[in-house]
Amino acid sequence: MNINATLIGEAIWFAVFIWITMKYVWPPLAKAMADRQKLIADGLAAGERGKHELELAGKRSADALRDAKAKAAEIIAAAEKRGAQMVEEAKLTAKVEADKVVVAAKAEIAQQVEQARAELRGRVADLAVAGAEQILKREVDAKAHAEMLTALKQEL
Amino acid sequence: MASGEPLTSSAYIVHHLTNLTVGQGFWTLHLDSLIVSGLLGLVAFLGMAKLASRATPGVPGKMQAFVEMLVSFIDQQVKDTYHGKSPLVTPMAITIFVWVLLMNAMDLIPVDFVPMLLGVAGVPYFKVVPTTDPNLTFGMSLSVFVVMIVMGFKVKGFGGFMHEVFTVPFGAKLAPVNLLFRLIEDIAKPISLSLRLFGNMYAGEMVFILIALLGLWQLPLALPWALFHILIITLQAFVFMMLTIVYMSMASESHG
Repeated sequence: MNINATLIGEAIWFAVFIWITMKYVWPPLAKAMADRQKLIADGLAAGERGKHELELAGKRSADALRDAKAKAAEIIAAAEKRGAQMVEEAKLTAKVEADKVVVAAKAEIAQQVEQARAELRGRVADLAVAGAEQILKREVDAKAHAEMLTALKQEL
Repeated sequence: MASGEPLTSSAYIVHHLTNLTVGQGFWTLHLDSLIVSGLLGLVAFLGMAKLASRATPGVPGKMQAFVEMLVSFIDQQVKDTYHGKSPLVTPMAITIFVWVLLMNAMDLIPVDFVPMLLGVAGVPYFKVVPTTDPNLTFGMSLSVFVVMIVMGFKVKGFGGFMHEVFTVPFGAKLAPVNLLFRLIEDIAKPISLSLRLFGNMYAGEMVFILIALLGLWQLPLALPWALFHILIITLQAFVFMMLTIVYMSMASESHG
């Protein structure tokens, strides 16, 4: 156990190794570890955020689904109502149209009856004149009897 | 062992405890201590520096994970004890722990292995455990002591440091007593630090040498002692590091 210059040599080694550690070993390792810590913390936070967003999206989609269902039901109800209304309207239109047709037909019939009647009246007057000619067998002045015949026509 | 010498027990022991030296008087250098400690330190710290230069914040490789585990364990010890701001303390603690651990671990190489191997090559003596050389332990502890004193001045200022030296623990009226106490305390620090490590490793090495003298009986004895010694190797490295941190924290915190 003798102390000598080896002590100085070992102190120099010690200083050299401290310097290496201080400059090249500890700072990069400490930085890598701190960075990794941050990376992991960020990752965990992102995961948490993603989970939360998923929850929100689920809620939103459920809401949208419910809204869509309600809207569809509404639309179907409206369509049914409208359909019924249209059927009703069509019925009404058809009835009106039918009435119109009936009225027109009746009017035509009445007109035709009137026409036939007028025709008949003319014919009846001629027939009466021919009959009277036959019966009287003599010249009868048609003009002189026209007044009387017209009166007869009116009676028919 | 040089051939031709009588193989007595004491000669064997003395041979194992003799350093390989160059130079005379104070300027003697223990080449074995310097070479082994230097090689271990260079391999360990340059290796760690190379690894650290490729360290990624992403998924670490196995070696990186191991080194990170080690240094973050040491960093945790530093954070728990030392509350100053010096960027020197954590690297110093890492250096001490890793270096002392590796040098102590040289104790696990069978005691005759390296001296015999080098003996064949013509090297007469080789003490393979550098921590059994008080020059190394004092070299480290005195360096720690110097850092401690410098840090005391830096953190507290000259006035604050002197105030602490003369007034703690008994107040200004007993200044000489305080100074004496402080001197004893501070001188005891490097001495106890270095002699604790030296004593433990020297004694451990001695037991290995004595076991090696037992002939066949060394077989059942060397293994248990080596296993037990693993504890001492780690513990002494940890104690040296921990006390250094404590001294740094004492130097940078005012106790008055």
